[in-house]
Amino acid sequence: MLCLSVVTMTTEVGSETEVKKDSEQLGPDKAKDKPEEASETPENQKSKEASSEEAQDSSLPEPTSQSSPSSQKKQKASPESKGISRFLPPWLKKQKSYTLAEPKDEPKKKATGEEQVIEESESQTPEGVAQPRKSLEEAAENHHNAKADDKEKQSVSSAETPQLVKEDGKEMEVEKVAEKKEENEEEKEKRETKEVQTAEIKTDDIPQKSPKKIKTVQCKVMLLDGTEYSCDLEKRAKGQVLFDKVCEHLNLLEKDYFGLLFYETSEQKNWLDPSKEIKRQIRSLPWIFTFNVKFYPPDPSQLTEDITRYFLCLQLRQDIVSGRLPCSFVTHALLGSYTLQAELGDHDPEEHRRDYISEFQFAPNQTQEMEEKVAELHKTHRGLTPAQADSQFLENAKRLSMYGVDLHHAKDSEGVDIMLGVCANGLLIYKDRLRINRFAWPKILKISYKRSNFYIKVRPAELEQFESTIGFKLPNHRAAKRLWKVCVEHHTFFRLVSPEQPPKAKFLTLGSKFRYSGRTQAQTRQASNLIDRPAPYFERTSSKRVSRSLDGAPMGISDQSLRDFSATGGQAAGDKIIDTEAAGQANLKEGGREDGSPVKTPQLELTQDGKINSLRVDGENIYVRHSNLMLEDLDKTQDDLLKHQASISELKRNFMESTPEPRPNEWEKRRITPLSLQTQGRHASRAEGPCTGVSNADKSSHETLDIVEEKKQAEFGIEETVVVDETNKGKMQVATDAGETCKVEHLSKKDSSSLPSDSSSSSSSSESEDEEVGEYQPHHRAIEEVIREEQEEEEDMKRKEHEEKIQHVEATPEGSKLNVPVEHTQVTAEDLVQKNTVTVATEEKKLSEEVKQDLGQEKEEEQLKLNGDVSHVDIDVAPQLICCSEPPVVKTEMVTISDATQRTEISTKEIPIVQTETKTITYESSQLDGSAGGDAGMLVSAQTITSESVSTTTTTHITKMVKGGVSETRIEKRIVITGDADIDHDEALAQAIKEAKEQHPDMSVTRVVVHKETEIAEEDEE
Amino acid sequence: MAGLGGGPAAFGRCTHAVVRALPESLCRQALRRSAGPEVDFARAEREHQLYVGVLRGKLGLQVLELPADESLPDCVFVEDVAVVCEETALLTRPGAPSRRKEVEAMKRVLESLNLNIVEMVDENATLDGGDVLFTGREFFVGLSRRTNQRGAEILADTFKDYAVSTVPVHDSLHLKGFCSMAGPNLIAIGSSEAAQKALKTMQQMSDHRYDKLTVPDDAAANCMYLNIPSKGHVLLHRAPEEYPESAKVFEKLKDHMLIPIANTELEKVDGSLTCCAVLINKASEL
Repeated sequence: MLCLSVVTMTTEVGSETEVKKDSEQLGPDKAKDKPEEASETPENQKSKEASSEEAQDSSLPEPTSQSSPSSQKKQKASPESKGISRFLPPWLKKQKSYTLAEPKDEPKKKATGEEQVIEESESQTPEGVAQPRKSLEEAAENHHNAKADDKEKQSVSSAETPQLVKEDGKEMEVEKVAEKKEENEEEKEKRETKEVQTAEIKTDDIPQKSPKKIKTVQCKVMLLDGTEYSCDLEKRAKGQVLFDKVCEHLNLLEKDYFGLLFYETSEQKNWLDPSKEIKRQIRSLPWIFTFNVKFYPPDPSQLTEDITRYFLCLQLRQDIVSGRLPCSFVTHALLGSYTLQAELGDHDPEEHRRDYISEFQFAPNQTQEMEEKVAELHKTHRGLTPAQADSQFLENAKRLSMYGVDLHHAKDSEGVDIMLGVCANGLLIYKDRLRINRFAWPKILKISYKRSNFYIKVRPAELEQFESTIGFKLPNHRAAKRLWKVCVEHHTFFRLVSPEQPPKAKFLTLGSKFRYSGRTQAQTRQASNLIDRPAPYFERTSSKRVSRSLDGAPMGISDQSLRDFSATGGQAAGDKIIDTEAAGQANLKEGGREDGSPVKTPQLELTQDGKINSLRVDGENIYVRHSNLMLEDLDKTQDDLLKHQASISELKRNFMESTPEPRPNEWEKRRITPLSLQTQGRHASRAEGPCTGVSNADKSSHETLDIVEEKKQAEFGIEETVVVDETNKGKMQVATDAGETCKVEHLSKKDSSSLPSDSSSSSSSSESEDEEVGEYQPHHRAIEEVIREEQEEEEDMKRKEHEEKIQHVEATPEGSKLNVPVEHTQVTAEDLVQKNTVTVATEEKKLSEEVKQDLGQEKEEEQLKLNGDVSHVDIDVAPQLICCSEPPVVKTEMVTISDATQRTEISTKEIPIVQTETKTITYESSQLDGSAGGDAGMLVSAQTITSESVSTTTTTHITKMVKGGVSETRIEKRIVITGDADIDHDEALAQAIKEAKEQHPDMSVTRVVVHKETEIAEEDEE
Repeated sequence: MAGLGGGPAAFGRCTHAVVRALPESLCRQALRRSAGPEVDFARAEREHQLYVGVLRGKLGLQVLELPADESLPDCVFVEDVAVVCEETALLTRPGAPSRRKEVEAMKRVLESLNLNIVEMVDENATLDGGDVLFTGREFFVGLSRRTNQRGAEILADTFKDYAVSTVPVHDSLHLKGFCSMAGPNLIAIGSSEAAQKALKTMQQMSDHRYDKLTVPDDAAANCMYLNIPSKGHVLLHRAPEEYPESAKVFEKLKDHMLIPIANTELEKVDGSLTCCAVLINKASEL
């Protein structure tokens, strides 16, 4: 049996995921407890320790079923000691260890999280400073808010200094969360004037709060005319709710062209996905949105209503003033003159004296000359109605080459800076201001991203035979994903008649399943044909304000380094919302930055937090070996990158040369890959092998858990059949054979690389690369291909060779063990086991040595052998080994989510991520160990192997037990994935599990426990 | 109306043309890609006068003729030193150093027309107007021996309203050595491999679908389209005596007023029809 426990932990994001696969069946109680277990500190080291402890526990001699309780205890213990700590930014934790003191119950957290928080913060009271009481209370309040709002961890720290508290009080989140709307509003008002008071009030309220009350959050939406719309939203509201409210407020019916933006930085804008919860998208960002045009209609004259055109005009004026939509001088003047005509009407010499025009802003750099020209042209528009003027404005604006082009910074395969522009017609490539290439939608077969890389696969040109894939490097994973999503949306909106259904969600589907869910242009046109209302009245008085609003808006802020910006951005936002004091903000800034103290606005803290964490992570882990992405994040020099690249390609070459391709992959051949894409298909194909083998072998229940390492299933399946009919054995063998041979193939094919990939399950999880993969095929294609592409991640795996190898070793021994008993049924289990262990040990040594020496290739051979042996054994013996009749595995999902409101539908592809919360999910097969209920058995051997990679720590425990003549091997893998927001932990986890499966094809996954701690919600599911 | 007011419909409108007389030094000193028969200066002059005559007399343009400068053997090819689009003129930095002084005279005359003038001062930039194809919707800039990326960037900065796409040019002096606009939406293109390849590039780069008019001879693909209010579509193309097959193709254009123009002499020094004039539309004198 295999017990695989994967622990994923994110440091920077603060998410921690633990996956456990146990052969034993665990009661629901256990599942509930799990969350606690997992509530370790986000800190890497701690978690590592903890996890190793746990792992050891569980690998103790007890029979499998018993081991888990013990581990439970352990795990319980750890949370007790760490309790709150997970809510603390790591730097804070170091300073105040006492915060760790409170034990927490997961369920309790859920239900009464608020109170708890309060308590906790109050317990800190002694520490309070000058205005201790209030500040603490506020802190408590913050706590509460933080939790309520996805537990942004910022708050705990706030107790430290009064200043901070103050700031917190101002912070938007706090305001948002007031329990009752009325109260909330009252409070807000008060707060703006007197914060301290407010804090008190809030504190008073806290005890009265009942968890059941619907929590509302106040949203601010910057409208196109520069005004601000605010409303209260249920905390868990989806984007659509807000969007609809805004459109209603605007009296806008043709709303499909529009969307809501939230800014991570001045440059990083994200579209709020209407179909997803807002909270999960913006994470810790303030609830401030910007209403914008999302899809620029290529022909605005086809819009039905003037009011729609009006908003489009407003958007374009913003675009022009901000420089996003470049125009010539003449065009600036012309468009400006239409703006004047629309807003002021005919030029009136009386009324429109000299300076009337200076109040408007028409261009980024407006000159006297331009204003004169505008005035001059304005006179020529006499008689145009505002609507006509708008139409004229649009007719001219739409011809601008950058009209509706959404630009994204990127680098081409040679590292040259370029811009990718997404527009109605396709994808445009710019270098400086020059268009150097263009890919119309019809030409694009597939859009995908992997980590920070963005790929398009294009149709072969006329005389070409093969499709080609073109890769671009985006600044980071999020940027790549953002671009990908924008592409998907634009393609769908402009090219399709109706939106595509999102790919069917499988539990562990890799990659994003994001699709555009709104109406397409065709649909919205159709719909707007049905609009039957008198033209709504609206006032046009915007351009002045537009210019003004731009000053303060996040986008007005000039580029700074990303991180800097996030700080300032937050402040700027805060500024807007809370008009009260600039002074306070200044304070804030100083306090936060200069003091060096952790005290900042919650937002600040968050970002800071992230920063610190990531830095720490960087220090601890070996990013260099990890991936380009990481390298880039670390600001490695280009040289480093190149070197790294070189080493990778060498690895790749090695493995490619050394391996005859068992199954030539057409898909691979087609690739023309600037970014060394060639290896990409590999992994996928390999993955397929074992999987198929498995499924063939055992179709019963094991498959239910996609998470599983299924090779063992074959055995199970066999067992079942065997019992019925011995002749089946042959069959079974075949099945297993298939699986095995697949594996072998892979091995031979991949040489060293194959090892890593096989064993990579655990380690690769760390990589989380898969997660970061998204794919979109404008034209439907074979699913297979999709899958393959998503798995293109071999490079990384290679890097992890070391670790993976080690793990692999482990895996093999197990396999042999298992097999052995089967083969020689009559041999005593003990003997067998012992033998096995011995071999294992030796093997291990060898391997590790090898690893050290980096003799990857040799290992392969060994492994091949091993595998081969194993497979034989398997075939013969498998049935018997597990022959305790096992009930078909039923997948049971026990989900414990600390915040009950989080979605519980786990049916979707990934394990749901709970943002900023601790969540533990346990999946286990219902199958009972044969020995589960029976004797304790004897521990034959136990080993622990730990390997680390950049962002992953994998601890593997192999326990071999003999119970009633049957030997059982349990592998428990604990994988800690740490990474910042750029890592999609779900996908990393999925990948880890998958690989674990592949790695131990002869075993089944019985239990997966995912424990996540997140500071900042992952938005990756969107 | 200024700016984009005209749109593609106004493509080819023009009121003024700047031309320059040819210096005698042209015969011997003009740059040429390959050695060949000597230029018959008298005949060259005659042909040029005919050409200017058509612009002035037949089409009614205000032709501003700059005097020849013997120190500038290539000065007759005014197109290379200025790109004028709407109210803006970009004075180029020709790829051939010997031609850079040609800009001065052009600058003066364009200033006299009250155009917004942008000068290409960047010493890393080179651009020949012959590499600039304006379709009415966008620019294509040939990256040739005479024009580099930086030059194209400056052009893009100058004409911000329009997309500027770059097209690698091989086997030709200029992009317009094998193509030109023969109508508002019509690209005349030569049949050579280089020409066809460039066309493909342009088609891929453009959001717009252009019609194409393929002529057998690359040189003949350089024609001159004008949209003259009283005459409609006007097309100056190479004479049947020079390129009979290509001329036949042009003759199929029923909506165009076709004016064959011989350019045998200047062709010897890589001159084409568009080379010899800068067309300016000052219709709306504000």
